[in-house]
Amino acid sequence: MPRIDLEYFAILRDQAGRQKETRETNAASLAALYDELTDAYGFTLSRARLRVAVNAAFSTWEQPVNEGDIVVFIPPVSGG
Amino acid sequence: MSRFFVSAEPVDLAALRAELHLDEAGGFCVFEGWVRNRNEGRAVDGLDYESYEPLAVNEGTQIMEEACAQFAISGAVAMHRVGSLKIGDVAVWIGVSAPHRDAAFKACRYIIDEIKLRVPVWKKERYLDGDTEWIACHQTEAGS
Repeated sequence: MPRIDLEYFAILRDQAGRQKETRETNAASLAALYDELTDAYGFTLSRARLRVAVNAAFSTWEQPVNEGDIVVFIPPVSGG
Repeated sequence: MSRFFVSAEPVDLAALRAELHLDEAGGFCVFEGWVRNRNEGRAVDGLDYESYEPLAVNEGTQIMEEACAQFAISGAVAMHRVGSLKIGDVAVWIGVSAPHRDAAFKACRYIIDEIKLRVPVWKKERYLDGDTEWIACHQTEAGS
C-alpha cells in the first residue's frame, strides 16, 4: 500500500484537525483519496471546488497515488 | 528580472522599489493590497493569512515569468504576506518598472489578478464580534 504525506490548509486543516499526516492508502486516484478523507474527516468542500497538488505542482484528479508523494488539496484561494 | 516571495514578517517596501529603479526604466507602477476594516458588511478586526509556500512560490514565479513575456517591462517584484495582519497592514505588494507606462500598468494589473486566482494563499477574517471565517471557502457552489 503506497505511503504518502498529506498537508492540510485553511478550512481543510480545521476540519481534519491536523496540519499534516502520513497515511497508507489503497485509493486508486487522487479523487478517490479525497473521497476517502472526506469519509474520515467530514470535509464539506466538494471536489469540484478544490484543486489538488502533488509535490508542490498542480496535478489532476485522475492521477494515481504514488509512494512518497506529498499531496495537498487546495481550497478556493483568497489571497490579495 | 522578476521575483515572487512570501514573507512572514513586514517587508522593507522602499528596498523592493529600489530593486526596480533601473536605468532603462522610465516609470514604475505599484499595487499595494491593504487590510481594510469591513468586508461584506461585517466589522473586521484583522486577517490571518496562510500559504502552501512551495506551491505558492512555484505558481507566483510562473505568473511573474508570464508578465515578463507578455509585457515590455524592465522588472517586477511581488510579495505576499502570511501571518496575523491588522487593519492597514500591507498584505500584498506588486511593483513593476518599464521603459513606458502602459506596460507597467498592464503588467501590474495582470500580476495581482493572477495571484488572486491561482496562488495558494488563504485568508481568515477575524471579526470584531469574535467570530472568524475562511474567506472563499464558505461560499456556496452557486456563489463561488
